[in-house]
Amino acid sequence: MKKVTFYIDDQPCQAEDGKNFVDAAAENGISIPSLCYYPHIDPPLATCRVCTVAIGGQPRAACSLKVSEGLRVQVNTPDLIENRKAILELIFAEGNHFCPACEKSGDCDLQHLAYESGITYSRFPHTFVDRIVDFKPERLVIDHNRCILCKRCVEEFVTDSGKKVFSYHRRGGRTEVNVDYELEAEMSDKELTRAMRLCPVGAILLRGKSESRPFGDRKYDKPESQEAIPLTTPVEKPVVPAKKKVVATASLAGCFGCHMSMLDIDLGLLDLIELVSFDKSPLTDIKRFSRHVDIGLIEGGCCNSENIENLEYFREHCDILVSVGECAIWGGLPAMRNTISLEACLEEAYLHSPVTRNAQHIIPNHEDIPKILDRVYPCHEVVKIDYHIPGCPPSAQHIWKVVQNILFGTKYDVIYPEFKYD
Amino acid sequence: MFSHTFLLNQLWKIQHEEGYLSDKAIRLLSRQTGRSWVDLEGVISFYHFFRRKPAGRFLIFLNNSILSEFAGFPEVLKAFQESTGAHLNQTDPTDTFTLQMASCIGLSDVEPAALINWRPFINLTPEKVHHLIHQLKSGTDIDDLADRPLSDAYPNDEENKRLMIRPYQEGMAISKLIRMSPDEVIKEIMEAGLTGLGGAFFPTHLKWQSCRNQADPEKYIVCNADEGEPGTFKDRFLILKYPGLLLEGMITAGFAVGARQGVIYLRGEYQYLIPKIKDAIRHFKNEGWLGNDACGIPGFDFDIDLVIGAGAYICGEETALLESLEGHRGEPRPRVHYPTERGYLGKPTVVNNVETLCTAARILEQGFEPYLNTRHPDSPGTKLFSIAGDCLYPGIYEITWGITVGALLERCGAVDPYAIQISGPSGELIPASWKDRMLGLHDLRCGGSVMIYNRQRDLLQILQNYNRFFMQESCGVCTPCRAGNYMLSVQLRKMERGLASTEDVDKMNDWAKLMEYNSRCGLGQTAPKAIIQAAQRFPEIMDQHTRTKNAPFDLDLATSAYDRIINELR
Repeated sequence: MKKVTFYIDDQPCQAEDGKNFVDAAAENGISIPSLCYYPHIDPPLATCRVCTVAIGGQPRAACSLKVSEGLRVQVNTPDLIENRKAILELIFAEGNHFCPACEKSGDCDLQHLAYESGITYSRFPHTFVDRIVDFKPERLVIDHNRCILCKRCVEEFVTDSGKKVFSYHRRGGRTEVNVDYELEAEMSDKELTRAMRLCPVGAILLRGKSESRPFGDRKYDKPESQEAIPLTTPVEKPVVPAKKKVVATASLAGCFGCHMSMLDIDLGLLDLIELVSFDKSPLTDIKRFSRHVDIGLIEGGCCNSENIENLEYFREHCDILVSVGECAIWGGLPAMRNTISLEACLEEAYLHSPVTRNAQHIIPNHEDIPKILDRVYPCHEVVKIDYHIPGCPPSAQHIWKVVQNILFGTKYDVIYPEFKYD
Repeated sequence: MFSHTFLLNQLWKIQHEEGYLSDKAIRLLSRQTGRSWVDLEGVISFYHFFRRKPAGRFLIFLNNSILSEFAGFPEVLKAFQESTGAHLNQTDPTDTFTLQMASCIGLSDVEPAALINWRPFINLTPEKVHHLIHQLKSGTDIDDLADRPLSDAYPNDEENKRLMIRPYQEGMAISKLIRMSPDEVIKEIMEAGLTGLGGAFFPTHLKWQSCRNQADPEKYIVCNADEGEPGTFKDRFLILKYPGLLLEGMITAGFAVGARQGVIYLRGEYQYLIPKIKDAIRHFKNEGWLGNDACGIPGFDFDIDLVIGAGAYICGEETALLESLEGHRGEPRPRVHYPTERGYLGKPTVVNNVETLCTAARILEQGFEPYLNTRHPDSPGTKLFSIAGDCLYPGIYEITWGITVGALLERCGAVDPYAIQISGPSGELIPASWKDRMLGLHDLRCGGSVMIYNRQRDLLQILQNYNRFFMQESCGVCTPCRAGNYMLSVQLRKMERGLASTEDVDKMNDWAKLMEYNSRCGLGQTAPKAIIQAAQRFPEIMDQHTRTKNAPFDLDLATSAYDRIINELR
């Protein structure tokens, strides 16, 4: 096949004429993020839209482009990078992606792309759609919470007689991918494993084989990597401290794991005490703010009216507010209840649970008890949040670096092993 | 083997006979078609009108478009619920009535409107509904009760340019056709400058020529009769009034490109037009205009089939329509080939809108000179508009391209107009004060739908209605459209509750642009258009719904569920 010259961001590149643009770019050392595209798929699906690039300013899905002589494509302009990041955030907000509780965490293409893009939180409100986990297939488990509807499995798995094994079901926001139970039962283990591997997230799992690699040794973990995550939010001009800076912390609907992680700063803690003093915080047991505070670190989301009041109280008294950990950022594990109605939750907890003895049929309520919210809210949906530190819990290094950057303008690069959602 | 195509007709047949698509029916169909269960379920669940559960004896679809809302939808819905005893999306205890909503059903000039067992019922009021349901309960034949929705038609005010709304004598176009060669037909259409009248303005002769140029001898003409853009009803008018003209248009196209088969894809909402079309096809066969050596042209074998859609706006997109014809979910294809290269069943296919085909026949019939002789050189010809909303004379208008917004409003008797939605929710939302702007290729493009809103109408209510429409009608394949419409709904609801800050409105705009930029097909790209345009063109209205400063968290709403549960327990 004839080689042609084409241009990515004005850099000349070479590839075979007619080659898929994503593959051609990769050959030239430029990786274009994509989720629905996989080698040998033709025509491409173009469903996820993460690979959006531009030709002469007009958007195109990179996976649907073929290389030709003189083709000029913009790939990594700041706008396009930001655009791709937004689409990834949209995917996170649309599904129920509880990384800390997912078998695929560490091996997940979606999570990996989000790390590479430096996503700390989603700008979109999470939908928390009630989706099922389908245990009906004989050997597969289909977790619809995680499915991003990329259509890979629908396209790839067709029997020898041309029957589809997977198919989309319904449409619009209610679309889901279903598997044919009869055909699934006839598939070989090898094919089913291939289906699990083809899934870019953890939606298709094979029973008994769901953890393809043990924890701690995962495809995308890069434990030794010193590669920095491209974060776009460091403070440009930090205020140089004239006196000791004041820090406050709170744990709302969280587990205190993030506070434990803060303590893991270890020796850094000694430096920290020299530089800052703590006001309202579970660490100091100070209940009310005694002065204005430079930085407030919030762990946990808001599940009741007291959380809301507390968070608003923090916002009033802190110059800078930081969401620390998955719960503060989007609800985290407590938000698993968001897909279920509050009524069902309370009934299950207080009335119908087999271990509950509640003869009076009471759901606790009193004017002194906070009211439970209809769902768990991330902090940034309640008040303005300035920074987000992801992780469950975030690594101590990550927290420490952010605090240092905000207070003292110290260099802010978080390396791979410090940046995690789980 | 049983053909994959026309699966929709097969499904309709079962549903009409048995009331719904049972497991048994799917199993049988799976055996007949060699398609898997999950595949067929995927197709059935894509279409709003297919049912997997039995319905009552009367299946009611009440239109929830914005014009219906403004014409009294809430009261009419309530009347339906009271008189039938059925809740929305449910069947009443006696299994007599099933009540559902539908996106625009093409009766915008006579709203509120509903389909009951696929027959149209128009200009509904609570009284009329109570009476109607009483009649149905007491056994009156539904066909005696159904309305006949032939819209008021207003011919072009310039007498020498009445090209479409004029007496029709069948066979006229064919009598010209038989004296021409295919190339001459294409040349005639080219010289007239006919462009796609569904709203895309793609030159018709290029489409036909491209299809004609393909080497594959198996070619198709597909008539897109799936007009689903809220506010449009011109194709319904054309089919009711001139079914023969449409067939002549298809024969013309078939002859020009060398196709042997034509297919009309009729939207499911228009099932009451099926007899009209079938009668016309039968008549044309009797006349020898369809079939082998059609129109007496040796070697020109041409037939026309009819496929019925099942409630999916997206199938108006030509590649989604082709998928649907082939018996699949109506998902737009990735743009790799034009339908004229690889269309229906992978064969060269011309997809033309009803009006385009009718106009092609009119051009043949009357010659192209009258068509050319119009106001603006860039947009020759005339166009049918379906005008509805706050005007004295809703109906079908034939206009000459180049007409100004002001003249249009005057013609239809617009009452205190404030905003106009041109081409439906995916088109242009403009202030009525843009009186001098012209309709046509060069300025405001229009596919035919014109909805007029007066000063009392709430813009936010309009945007929320559009947003619900797109959420309902998105095919669900690509992320920006599937999830983006929901994200916009969250922001619109914040505005409705008076809790949106200026920052929220900015976000909404950014997200709308994200959808516009990244969506896979026209539906997703245009779904947020009205929101973007409202912010640009009606800033004062948007400001009314926006707090300037940071809005407080909606604690009342967030705790309302808890309060209700505790109160109910007490």
